[in-house]
Amino acid sequence: MARIDLVDLAHSYGGNDAPQDSFALKPVTMTWRQGGAYALLGPSGCGKTTLLNVISGIITPSRGRILFDGDDITPLSTQKRNIAQVFQFPVIYDTMTVGQNLAFPLKNRGVPRAEIDKRVAEIGRLLDLEPYLNRKATRLTADAKQKISLGRGLVRSDVAAVLFDEPLTVIDPELKWQLRSKLKALHRELDLTMIYVTHDQTEALTFADTVVVMHDGRVVQSGTPAELFDKPAHTFVGYFIGSPGMNILPAEVRGREARIGGHVIALNRSYDSLPAGAKIEIGVRPEFVDAVTPAPGLLTAKIDRIDDLGRIRFARVRVGDAKLAARSPAGFTSSDGTAGLKFDPSHVHVYADSLLVEGAA
Amino acid sequence: MDKTVNQKAWFLVAPVFLVVAFSAVLPLMTVVNYSMQDTFGNNQFFWNGVGWFKELLDPSTDLGGRFLASLGRNLFFSLVILAIEVPLGIVVALSMPRQGWTVAACLVILALPLLIPWNVVGTIWQIFGRPDIGLLGYVLNAIGIDYNYVSNDIDAWVTVIVMDVWHWTSLVALLCYAGLKSIPEAYYQAAQIDGASRWAVFKAIQLPKMNRVLLIAVLLRFMDSFMIYTEPFVVTGGGPGNSTTFVSIELVKIALGQFDLGKAAALSLVYNLIILIVCWIFYTVMTNAGVERKVQAESEPALDFKASAGLKPVPALKPKEGVA
Repeated sequence: MARIDLVDLAHSYGGNDAPQDSFALKPVTMTWRQGGAYALLGPSGCGKTTLLNVISGIITPSRGRILFDGDDITPLSTQKRNIAQVFQFPVIYDTMTVGQNLAFPLKNRGVPRAEIDKRVAEIGRLLDLEPYLNRKATRLTADAKQKISLGRGLVRSDVAAVLFDEPLTVIDPELKWQLRSKLKALHRELDLTMIYVTHDQTEALTFADTVVVMHDGRVVQSGTPAELFDKPAHTFVGYFIGSPGMNILPAEVRGREARIGGHVIALNRSYDSLPAGAKIEIGVRPEFVDAVTPAPGLLTAKIDRIDDLGRIRFARVRVGDAKLAARSPAGFTSSDGTAGLKFDPSHVHVYADSLLVEGAA
Repeated sequence: MDKTVNQKAWFLVAPVFLVVAFSAVLPLMTVVNYSMQDTFGNNQFFWNGVGWFKELLDPSTDLGGRFLASLGRNLFFSLVILAIEVPLGIVVALSMPRQGWTVAACLVILALPLLIPWNVVGTIWQIFGRPDIGLLGYVLNAIGIDYNYVSNDIDAWVTVIVMDVWHWTSLVALLCYAGLKSIPEAYYQAAQIDGASRWAVFKAIQLPKMNRVLLIAVLLRFMDSFMIYTEPFVVTGGGPGNSTTFVSIELVKIALGQFDLGKAAALSLVYNLIILIVCWIFYTVMTNAGVERKVQAESEPALDFKASAGLKPVPALKPKEGVA
């Protein structure tokens, strides 16, 4: 159990001399608190697995340091790092029984027999593997095998963190929920730091209390699900989290006003010192835009279609070339295929070169 | 629905039947025919029933004594080369590089001995081991080791065994290497995380994953060494005395040296039968090893969960288009 600090950590598969754009993991400095449930979220190829493997020691970072409770462990091998990791595909040792599989990490570390038996029994109970402890592990189904992999990660009581690399990929959807709740329960019970890599936002948002969003080798935001939703620090976060994603519109922003075409949208804060030459956009979640009957003073949009999700309806609209989604109140119909868009000023954010700009009150 | 009876379909089988008859059945039956008779040449045959077979299995007769002795030597030879080649092949495979140009280099070097014809291998070692002009024999004698495979039984055996190891360890190594390469990287990573030592990795991952190819390697090497003829014949000619006379060498001596067709035919059939039985045992073991696992997996509706929870790829979250 430990706090994990990453200090100016970066990794390039092509070596440090490669241009920084090609780094699989761009320099990052951050702290993982002891006992936290983290999700590392991002699309395929964004560097999340690289980051995970760097923490577990499978990859030695080309730059920077990793500290466990303040101790630099960067040069240490995986074996000496006290880290547990569960992989995408279940790894089990064919010749061993389920119990022997669970005991393997302890046996390798020379833990006394009695202690091993106690831990294996406990983890077997937590994972509902008790009746199978004496069976050969090869005969089990994928989800049972993944539970064993999981168990091998949890069986050591002294691990600094347990890392999960998309562990539910091979599991049937209905069992995914079960296993995920199990993980959450285990996290509460065992007080372990858990880092969970996934590209599925539902998985990330339900599992973690802190979600770390990665994009193109960079950590773009780390925060609670609510923070990610309300205040995306990067247009990518806004777009990636939420369904449908955040609307991003190129705009001219001056003071408390954003201009799109000739139309003015009021802002809650004042943006006076935007970086010159930057690409300025505004972002607003579809939940905070209403598509209503066109009226003077409202931005007019063409309606492509209306998606009825049952609980809520989203109008897919178009302003110039930009496509947007907007909440469409019950009973709203359009006679001529156009709608007026009403923005909630408190939820309109301004982005300069894709990064969130904090306005002045 | 009644089936149409049309016996003409048999004609379609006829070509295969003819080919098999001429290539396998007739020659085999000729041998069976010989094994029941005695001949003194001139194409004159005398009925002998199972006399040769009785003699063959009776160690007190000349034929039986020679057959059983050569069989014993042959089995001993096979066991020795298996005991050397299998572990050695595993060690070679484990120490081979996993990537880079060295892989190709290693593969070529390993494959080289396999490509040399048997009698050439025999000739190479025959000359290599000669005490007067052979590099090996000359050097050994020069440093004070009295080595002469022509006169000393043990030297002859050592030469034949070392030659076989030199010739065929590559095969075992290549098979094991293929088995090792098929182990996903995640297994090694997981073992690292679990703190496994090199030996534990070998025992828990590499050896179990290799057991199928190892069975094949053992089968191939056993069969080949049990049928070995050319190499020892070229090197030692079965000598000194009879010390390296294996079953096939004995067979050729009886059939072509003494022209005892009846005895040779009976020996061939028994020899053949032994090989078939061993093959069958291996085949059964190999297929059962796989089938057993499958049946067990199916018969247990695996852990209260749906048995269908196999390796189904889950559709990934659709990447959104036009992300900045």
